[in-house]
This record gives sequence, C-alpha cells and structure tokens, in this order.
Amino acid sequence: MAYDYEKSIRPGKLPHIWCPGCGHGIVMKGLIRAMDSCELDRDNTAVVSGIGCASRLPGYLDTCTLHTAHGRAAAFATGVKMAKPEMNVIVVGGDGDGTAIGGNHFIHACRRNIDMTYLVMNNSIYGMTGGQFSPCTPTGAKASTTVYGNPDPTFDIAKLAIGAGATFVARGTAFHATQIDKLIAEGIKHKGLAVIEILDDCPTTYGRRNKFRSVIDMMKRLKEIAVPVAAAAKMTPEQLEGKVLTGVLHKEERPEYTEQYAQVIQRAQGA
Amino acid sequence: MAKKVALMQGNEACAHGALYAGCNFFAGYPITPSTEVAEVMSVELPKIGGKFIQMEDEIGATAALIGAALTGAKALDSTSGPGMSLKQELLGYACIAEIPCVIVNVQRGGPSTGMPTGPSQSDMQQAMWGTHGDHAAIVLTPASCQEIYEETVRAFNLAEKYRMPVQIQLDEICAHMRERVEFAEPGELEVIDREAPSVPPEEYKPFDDTKGLVPPLAAFGSGYRYHVTGLNKAADGFPTTKAELVDAEERRQIDKVMLNQKDIQKNEEYLLDDAEVVLFAYGSTSRSARYAVNELRKEGVKAGMFRPLTMWPFPDERIAELADQAKAIVCPEMNLGQMVREVERVAKGNCTVAHIGRVDGEPINPGQIIDKVKEVL
Repeated sequence: MAYDYEKSIRPGKLPHIWCPGCGHGIVMKGLIRAMDSCELDRDNTAVVSGIGCASRLPGYLDTCTLHTAHGRAAAFATGVKMAKPEMNVIVVGGDGDGTAIGGNHFIHACRRNIDMTYLVMNNSIYGMTGGQFSPCTPTGAKASTTVYGNPDPTFDIAKLAIGAGATFVARGTAFHATQIDKLIAEGIKHKGLAVIEILDDCPTTYGRRNKFRSVIDMMKRLKEIAVPVAAAAKMTPEQLEGKVLTGVLHKEERPEYTEQYAQVIQRAQGA
Repeated sequence: MAKKVALMQGNEACAHGALYAGCNFFAGYPITPSTEVAEVMSVELPKIGGKFIQMEDEIGATAALIGAALTGAKALDSTSGPGMSLKQELLGYACIAEIPCVIVNVQRGGPSTGMPTGPSQSDMQQAMWGTHGDHAAIVLTPASCQEIYEETVRAFNLAEKYRMPVQIQLDEICAHMRERVEFAEPGELEVIDREAPSVPPEEYKPFDDTKGLVPPLAAFGSGYRYHVTGLNKAADGFPTTKAELVDAEERRQIDKVMLNQKDIQKNEEYLLDDAEVVLFAYGSTSRSARYAVNELRKEGVKAGMFRPLTMWPFPDERIAELADQAKAIVCPEMNLGQMVREVERVAKGNCTVAHIGRVDGEPINPGQIIDKVKEVL
C-alpha cells in the first residue's frame, strides 16, 4: 500500500512551489516519514525555516510552522525550544540560508547543543532568487553571479557542524530517498543538536548552467559521488577523490542546552 | 506592610518592571549602555523559572524573542543604537506576524558606534520608520526610574493587548541615573495577558479579524497548529498576493493602533492651561525642561511643558490644539531635529516651532532652554 503522506499535509496547500525535478519534495517526504516513525505529536512539534525554496517546506506540513526571515531560522527555533523545551523543534532550510546569512546562528546552535534537528537541503545554489552562487557552490561552477566560474571555496556543512559542536551529523542525498527518513529519524531521536545535510539538486538554476542535460543526470551524479561511511573506510584517498561521505558522520554525547539551563534554574532557586 | 523600595538605575527599574508584568523570557546581546537590563534579567528570571538567553548577536536575540513569544512567553530584549539597527528587520517581522514582545533601546550617540557611553535621543524617527514597509509602532518614552518601572509594565500590556512589538526608548541618562523606585504590590498595576482563541483548533485562523482588529493569538504547543510567516498573508496565516487581502491586512495592522489612540496615548501636561510657550520634551531632556518652565514662570513667562510618554503614535490631536493656543512650541532634543519634525507637521504653521539640538554627548541644560524661549518670544 502506498505511504499515506496526506495525513501530514495541510489540506489545500498542494501543489508545492518547487520546480519539476527539484529534490526538495523527496526530502519533505523523507521528513514526513521520519516524523511519523518517531511518532511526533504534531500539536507539540514546531517546524521552523528561513527564506528560500527549501524554507517553504513548513507551510505544507500540518504542525506548528514558522517561516521566518532569511538566515534566522535557527535563532527563532532556539527561542521556541528554550521557552518550551517539551516541544520537538525541527529547522529546515537551504545551504545559502543556513551557512551564508544564517552561518552565525547555525554555528551557535551547534555550539549550544540545543535539542533540535537541523535539516539542510543543499542544492549548491540560491534557487529562489534565480541561481546566484552560495557558500556551497563548487569552485569553478557557473551561477548567475559567477558566469566566469565561481572563485569561492566551498563550505563542507558537515565539517562545519562538527567543528562548531553539533553532536549528531549525518549526510544523505535526494537520490538515496529511502535513507533520508532514517537519518532524520536518528537525528530527531538524538538528544542535542542534530544536523542532517541532504545533497539536493536544482535543475532550473544550477543544472542548466552547469551542463547537466537533465534531472536524471543530476540524480546520477548524486548517486555516483555518494560513498557510505563504512565503504569509505576501505577506500584509498585516490578512490575517494571527488566523492562525499554519506550516513552518520558524527555522533557524541554532550550536555544538552535546555537541560543545562534547567540546572541554572535549580541553582538560582537554591536547590 | 511597607512597600518594597530600592535605589536603582533606570535599566534595573526596567528589568523589574518587566518582571512585574509577567515577563518570563529574555533574549539579548551585550551592548552599552543597556547591558544592566540583561544582567538583572539573567539573575532574576531563573529564580522564577523563566528563561534568559544571551544570543550570538542582536538579530539572533530578536529572533529568539519572537520564537519564545509564539510559545506564549512574555519576552523582553534590550539593546542600544548599533544593536537596534540590526534588529530592524525582525522588528518588522514582529509587526507583520503580530507577535507581542517588548524591545528596549537605550539611546546612545551615533550613527554607527558613535559614543557608546554618551546620551542621545537620536533614534526617535528610527523607532517609527526603521524597519522597512508600512506598519504601525508603539513607542514609549519614560523619564524617571519610577516611570521606567511603570511604563515597562504598560509596554507589556500594550504589546499583549495589541499583539505587536512595543519599543521603550530610554536615553543613557535615564538608563544610568539612580533614583528611588517603589515596587508595586501584586494587583496594584494592571497586567494584561494576550487573548487566547475561543474557537476550537480546527476553526482557528491566526489573523481572523471578524471579532475585532486584534485577532487572538494561540501559543505553539497549546493544541493549535497554524502557520506564521513574514510574507503578506491572508486571515488563515498563509501567504497571499491577492491585492484585496494584502491591502486589508496592511490597513488592519495600522488601524489597530491608530483607531485605538485614546487607549495608547499617554502624556504629562505641566502648567499648560495658560501657556504661551510650550516645551515639547521627553526622556531626560524633559527634566531640564521642567526646571526651565519653573524658572521662566518665576520671571513671569507663561511657560508649560507637554511631555509625551507615548511618542508613537504621535499625539497629533493635542499638539494641534497647543499650536492654536501657544505662541511657540520649543523642542529640546538630544538630536539635530527629529520629533520637532512631527511638531512642525502638526502645528501647520499656527505657531512658531523651534528646536534646541545637542549631539555632543552632554545633556541639554535648563539655561539653554530658557535662552531659546526668550529668543523666540
């Protein structure tokens, strides 16, 4: 039987805004399956986003949803979680929203290890504004503002998150659709800040400028560059050239922020 | 039982006023000369089970403020010039998404880093027009430590009642001077909490105005699932570009303030009955103005003072009356001409309007005001 996504979608809100071939819909389905498998109470779950194509995702979900300002989702979400720690808080957004304009809030959410799940849909481009380069656009790639090739180095979001203190970091791709919900679910269950990066595609503003003849070519690339962590352990550096690791990349236990603050309250009250 | 009385700074009085009003969440970022508000909240909030968070920057602080307010918290944020400039975008978010919260701006010299320890009143027009887009603003300008305490309670009440951000504009002098503050007993001052929805969750629309200009706000996590966005939206909270819906929402959000001015306006009128010259003064400058009025009266000059405690929306009606009554309105301000523009707009040439501006980090003293009054009369 087909999976029932409709019970999680707000009535009348589809079709979504995403272009044909965009992977965001695949990620949204993965998120819905993950929320279902974790049995999240939709009355008690907030899905928070910034601005961009990926950030339109919350509007479709039948839960408490907060579509904020560009780059600020993690900070809004921090306020929600801090004020009401019993709520499940999930942040969704794109690579530009999360790591350029929102980079400061992203790293500090990681540092605090506040119990939230941060889902980054990394399509390597600012899609909504028409294809300008982001911190995740590959060096040399074409964007509407890098027609001579992108001179900028790129962020590795997973490394950034690990370096900043996130205690759960995973990566998947929009091609590996059945893995997405498992990674997100593990992130939701993890106590602390979980970052799940999903490598995604933007055929409209990235693919066309960078010689991908079709969406299928973009999906094939995601399939080809992805190497599961376990498999990578048996590969040489030469074999790993141009590949990206997928799966759970980092997991550790560290005190969670709202629990730390609960202790502050106890100390202030003289306990 | 004797009331609790303390000698404290304006910034401390602000924090205690917020606590009286039921504030249970603070997000901020350190900046002179506002930091004592954050320091007091960091000490006091955990004692009552409230939350204090120091964010990574001023933008993040306002973001956290709004997030917390959506869960039902009464939330406070304090800052100064450069921080207030950073907050402008999210102040607009709080306007359009109609989020109750209170932001304190302790004005210092500017622009940019300016004079962090010097007093100023140069963010008065920014308080109204700083964020982009048409919107209404409620901005309060208390002038003593006791008044800061009480006006902070009123700021929360207005935020909750009208479901919007309210700004308190202090200046460095009011924020750092120490005065006697009498704490109110529980129940002594009115404390207003936002209206919760009376309809069941499936019927709830977060911007439904069928029962009034201020739609009830459900807390996240209270069983109401709805959408909040900074985009122009329809009554159901979802984005729209339909001209008539966008227009109606924009106008309602301004009307909810402008049609309730009687409730929102507050001012002090000092010796205005027979005044031929009116000093329009606020914040610490009003203290010099009061002294100047008393001195001028001794010399037989019929001087008085109009002191707005609600600066925005601007008290158009009363200023227009005073412009008809008086020969001159004199506006001392620690800026080079901000609120005087509003006085001139409303006076419509019916009396002389003069400005005394000072931006050197020193307060405007009574002598300066007296000299100006004599010059214009």
